[in-house]
Amino acid sequence: MKKRLLFLIPLFYLNLNAVTAVTYNSEPKIFIQELVNDAVRSLSDNSLTEEEKNKAIEKIALENVDIKALGLYTLGNIRKELDENTINKYQDLFEKYFLKSLTSRLTDYSSQKFEVFDSEQKSSNYTIVNSKIPESLKSPEIKIDWRIYTKNPQKPLIRDLIVEGLSLARTQKEEFASILNSNNNDVSALINKLQEFISK
Amino acid sequence: MGFKKIQIILYTILLNAFLLVSASAQSENECFEKVSRGIFKFNQGFDNVILEPVAKAYNKLPEPVKNGTGNFTSNIATLLSIPNHLLQGELRSAGHATGSFLINSTIGILGLGNPAAKLGLEHQKEDLGQTLGSYGVKGGCYFVLPILGPTTLRDSVGMVIDNNYLDAFARVTWHEKEIKSISGSKLDYVGVKTATAVDFRGDNMLNFESLEKNSIDLYAATKSLYLQDRSKKIKNESGADEDAWGDLDK
Repeated sequence: MKKRLLFLIPLFYLNLNAVTAVTYNSEPKIFIQELVNDAVRSLSDNSLTEEEKNKAIEKIALENVDIKALGLYTLGNIRKELDENTINKYQDLFEKYFLKSLTSRLTDYSSQKFEVFDSEQKSSNYTIVNSKIPESLKSPEIKIDWRIYTKNPQKPLIRDLIVEGLSLARTQKEEFASILNSNNNDVSALINKLQEFISK
Repeated sequence: MGFKKIQIILYTILLNAFLLVSASAQSENECFEKVSRGIFKFNQGFDNVILEPVAKAYNKLPEPVKNGTGNFTSNIATLLSIPNHLLQGELRSAGHATGSFLINSTIGILGLGNPAAKLGLEHQKEDLGQTLGSYGVKGGCYFVLPILGPTTLRDSVGMVIDNNYLDAFARVTWHEKEIKSISGSKLDYVGVKTATAVDFRGDNMLNFESLEKNSIDLYAATKSLYLQDRSKKIKNESGADEDAWGDLDK
């Protein structure tokens, strides 16, 4: 019954063995379940240092999250007006921004249990996987949906996380749009903001 | 009596004006962004100095105390949900909310427990902003209120009408009207609303910290989350943004 905010489970609190790449099942539902099980296992591994955990998170994100597409999505329609060099510069910074924000708070959420319970194919390109963190003494149930890009059925990629109905990618997109709007759609203002964040 | 009539006329004018404005407005429009950003900063200061420290202390209380507080404030909020379920034509939900309130207020000892949930009587919080949204009224422009936080024209008008007419708890406490020999005071109202805010803030301590740390425009992120949340509650589903994702693959 409690009102919940729940939008900030840091994007993709997933993790993996720090050394070897792991290939997950290509069926979206199993893909997410395996990936998160691995994440929880690794995050609770006391033999890893914080730095090692962060590196592992970055590794799994680079392999299983469609960061390039996410970067373009969050840029909005302005991406169609930009030249290739600017897009590449933005994408490079966005990836660093994404990985930094991903790792910054990840370990705080590492002890959560997690259940995948359903999935729905939206189109040939997208499947939404439904999951939840069950209710515990400390927290009410949290529903998390995963937008999986399935254009290549053998290599599903995560494009968004929807926590209690709130899309993290959409939030990011609207945040960037606000910066662009208040700077006459000058993408260099957004690039500067990303640089500031990365160098913090 | 005369004052009451004027009040009703004023609300009607306000509601009509807002319906006209919101009919053509898009929900992401800002009324006065600079002012809202200023108020947002003020609210952040208020949060840093008062709400967050209180919520941190609250989080140190034993779990049963925190659960009891959450249940108590949720149970009182049910009183506002019932008329709004009815206005939305959701008779089943209104029945569930009424059952939940009666069971939790009695067996649940004034709402401190939540035995209704164990009986399957979960209820969804509703307010007039959501009811108007379900009628197709757009949010209108977005702005930020001191202390109360983000809102839209539709939601703020809804909040005023809820407080004055639909919310039985506000009628008894804030407006000090006696209903069936039940009376209250403004202090009761402020106390419950404060407890609601502290409980919510305490529940989301980590989420707030993470949002603040990872946003490059916290105001815009908060606005996005508020509008998505309201849209989800009105449609009872998440805004999937399928078109934008589809456009990406062209």
